[in-house]
Amino acid sequence: MTTVTMTVNGKNVSADVAPNTLLVDFIRNNLRLTGTHVGCDTSQCGACTVHVDGDSIKSCTMLAVQAEGADVTTIEGLAANGDLHPMQASFKENHGLQCGFCTPGMIMSAVDLVKRHPNPSEETIRSELEGNICRCTGYHNIVKSVKAASEKMGG
Amino acid sequence: MYSFDYERPSGVNDAAASLGEDDKVLAGGQTLLPTLKLRLAQAGKLVDLSGIDELKGISSNGSELSIGAMTRHVDVADSAEVRSAIPALADLASHIGDAQVRNRGTIGGSVANNDPAADYPSALVALGATVHTNKRSISAEDFFVDLFETALEEDEIITKISFPVPESAAYAKFPNPASRYALVGVFVAKTSGGVRVAVTGAGPCVFRQSDMEAALSSDFSSSAISGISTDASGLNSDIHASAEYRANLVSVMAGRAVDAAS
Ligand SMILES: Cc1cc2nc3c(=O)[nH]c(=O)nc-3n(C[C@H](O)[C@H](O)[C@H](O)COP(=O)(O)OP(=O)(O)OC[C@H]3O[C@@H](n4cnc5c(N)ncnc54)[C@H](O)[C@@H]3O)c2cc1C
Ligand code: FES
Ligand code: FES
Repeated sequence: MTTVTMTVNGKNVSADVAPNTLLVDFIRNNLRLTGTHVGCDTSQCGACTVHVDGDSIKSCTMLAVQAEGADVTTIEGLAANGDLHPMQASFKENHGLQCGFCTPGMIMSAVDLVKRHPNPSEETIRSELEGNICRCTGYHNIVKSVKAASEKMGG
Repeated sequence: MYSFDYERPSGVNDAAASLGEDDKVLAGGQTLLPTLKLRLAQAGKLVDLSGIDELKGISSNGSELSIGAMTRHVDVADSAEVRSAIPALADLASHIGDAQVRNRGTIGGSVANNDPAADYPSALVALGATVHTNKRSISAEDFFVDLFETALEEDEIITKISFPVPESAAYAKFPNPASRYALVGVFVAKTSGGVRVAVTGAGPCVFRQSDMEAALSSDFSSSAISGISTDASGLNSDIHASAEYRANLVSVMAGRAVDAAS
């Protein structure tokens, strides 16, 4: 067992974990933050996407011990004082989800995307979301949601 | 995953010293962790290189561009230094996998892994790059040996890759639509020593297309290579594409790369 300490959604957290504990399992099982989903567990679907030091990463493809000292944000950490993040609100308004399984990962990727590309074209949105798979929506309304949110986020 | 121990040393020598026979170096983990999860590999201990500052960063002196082994794909793609010295390399990095993979995966990990469909090996071979390790310097052509095989010894760690700056260069890739890996990728570089054409994805290991190199050295235009084909025997055949299809893609991608580099 190794002790890991990191900041998750602004809170300092620490736990003893086996070195082969994935970050996503630490988030879901130790911290009980179950908004981060596991869709494939083979690094392809992006449902497990969280931010580590501001960058979107697949938390099923990172060890908890690799996040030692890091600043982690999960889907639960986006809303502020009960108000949805503009990206969350935009998915709701634009029907950017159906079953919702991929949505936490989509939103975490989309927030990073808009940070890196403040006024993204449809092409940029589609290529930057290549690491997130959705089985329901056909992507059109996801792209629409991200575009609308980017305008609200001051892009 | 089988269980393993974990260490994060802060120097290359410490990392090399702590690498035992069953141990593995961990870089971005974008290949190694999926492989461990599928139990296709096992490690006594993972030695994480992320705490070693000397393995990170990009520098250039006009004639040579040097990239630390732990530099992530996103950092190569976004680097002003890479964009000005070898824009084709930044472009290649920006099309590896997806955004999340680029935020973790490193050039050292990609090169050490030598996946037959990886992008970077073509750039190293076409540009005549040198792979520097904690023990020696190896030319790219000697480094990539065969399918998933390199010249690296068990306890050898890549520290950086240095690229001579070419006159012009371009990379054209036909991505596998599901994985984004190269079904075929061709890197063309026009250097002071002649034109070099390196092909990834098509065969078990990156290779140079010497017929195209000869034709392009006397006439650097896509029409100069339009009649040159690649022998399909020995190329990869799988559910994604036959060897003949890949051989044809080599010509198509080489033509596109030459047009982009002209
Ligand atoms: C969904 C997905 C899509 C991908 N698409 C592409 C693609 O389109 N093109 C492409 O080229 N790649 C692709 N990759 C692979 C990606 O680029 C990996 O980042 C890369 O192959 C491995 O780099 P890493 O830093 O993650 O290394 P790791 O996974 O940490 O290590 C890989 C191997 O290299 C060894 N190693 C790592 N660093 C060193 C070093 N400095 N010295 C010696 N040995 C070392 C490790 O021991 C291990 O054996 C994809 C990966 C995924 C998950
Ligand atoms: S669960 Fe991590 S990529 Fe699918
Ligand atoms: S909304 Fe169902 S998977 Fe995307």
